[in-house]
Amino acid sequence: MKKIMFYPGCTLKGVAKNLEDSTIESARVLGYELMELPNWTCCGAVYGLAQDSVKFTIANVRNLIRAQEYSKEIGDNRLIAVCSMCYNNLKRAHIDVMKNRDKLKTLKLFMDEESEYEGHINVQHYLQFLKEFGFEKIKNYVKKPLKGLKVAPYYGCLLLRPREVAIDDVEDPHILENLLRVLGAEVVDYPLKNECCGSYHTVDKKEIVGERTYKLVSVAHDVGADVIATSCPLCFFNLDRRQEIAKAKHPRFENMPIVYFTQLMAIAFGKNSDDVLHFDRHYISPKEVLAPWL
Amino acid sequence: MKYTIKEDPHKNEDVQEIMAISGQNIFSCFQCGRCSSSCPMAEFMDILPNQVFMLLQEGNVEPLMTAKTPWICAACFTCTVRCPVGLDLAAVMEAIREKQLRKNYDYVDPYKVEERDILPPIAMVSNFRKFTP
Ligand code: SF4
Ligand code: SF4
Repeated sequence: MKKIMFYPGCTLKGVAKNLEDSTIESARVLGYELMELPNWTCCGAVYGLAQDSVKFTIANVRNLIRAQEYSKEIGDNRLIAVCSMCYNNLKRAHIDVMKNRDKLKTLKLFMDEESEYEGHINVQHYLQFLKEFGFEKIKNYVKKPLKGLKVAPYYGCLLLRPREVAIDDVEDPHILENLLRVLGAEVVDYPLKNECCGSYHTVDKKEIVGERTYKLVSVAHDVGADVIATSCPLCFFNLDRRQEIAKAKHPRFENMPIVYFTQLMAIAFGKNSDDVLHFDRHYISPKEVLAPWL
Repeated sequence: MKYTIKEDPHKNEDVQEIMAISGQNIFSCFQCGRCSSSCPMAEFMDILPNQVFMLLQEGNVEPLMTAKTPWICAACFTCTVRCPVGLDLAAVMEAIREKQLRKNYDYVDPYKVEERDILPPIAMVSNFRKFTP
């Protein structure tokens, strides 16, 4: 079993256990042990956009420095994140301090115990890791092809924007589709795949997020999808839970289960136990729709 | 929207501050409207994204300070990747929020948030980071 560094992030440790366990299990099938980064801290969820902001960068730089130390032990400089927000923040912080060395100097004033950040950490989203591993190779591990399952691939914002952190083309990405096809699923052409779900407004303006969910899920229905697949726990929460608001406001709205792409991987790999999939974490259960493959 | 330049925006301190915080030269916007037509939040805004630039170019910052728009922007960066002159409008929206947050203003009161038991941590962390000092 090969070892690779893994940054789980806060949300995977609680509400998104279904994302964490399906990610770890699917990597294991491919021969990789995801090694949790020792002493990681919260990524801060959103990156600071003010020129003079350092508070949004420091926690991420600390994480990168910890990864730098741990990478020597493991012998691989790749740091894998699967939550889109964590990926976005870690990657932005890395790019930011590599571009603005002065900022790194300022940050050092707040760090007593950490060593210098040398800049060698390769922050990757799990999808990038899988692409590098080889989608063709992944085919060999598929035991239960998801034949007949119609999936709408949903990227949201943070895997694609801003441009400097994009894991694929910002306007017309295909990396997720390519993986889903390897798993045997039928990928529908989903025109809203990179449109925002309403993000953190779910805390204080959930009616707006309800409207976004209404649109995103209705269009997925229109293009014939059975499920929407995502990698972001905030998109997941909004698209799943806020269907309650969408339904209350639009009586003809039809529910649709939301899944993590890693859950689909686990199922296709034949790893369909409850302690991997955790369907109890879903507001709209995908059990019925996925029954033929479970 | 009527276009009247109130005062020389180059001399307007608020405009200068927004440019400094965001790192964006607001004068390079040529009002193509692509940001507004791309914005998934536009229907909930009271001032459209391109109008934010128009007001800044007029040196008319006051309406932006009372507008809903900067607090409706979801920092989705759609406008940022689509602006033909490469302006980062998300950063300008942040600068307008920051100008108020830096005066110790709480747009959201964390103690009044409902559904704490079901909201993912990233939802609350990101919300409080954008909406509290
Ligand atoms: S897309 Fe850019 S140039 Fe066009 S109106 Fe918006 S900010 Fe101005
Ligand atoms: S970053 Fe804000 S203004 Fe720009 S498209 Fe997204 S929601 Fe609209």
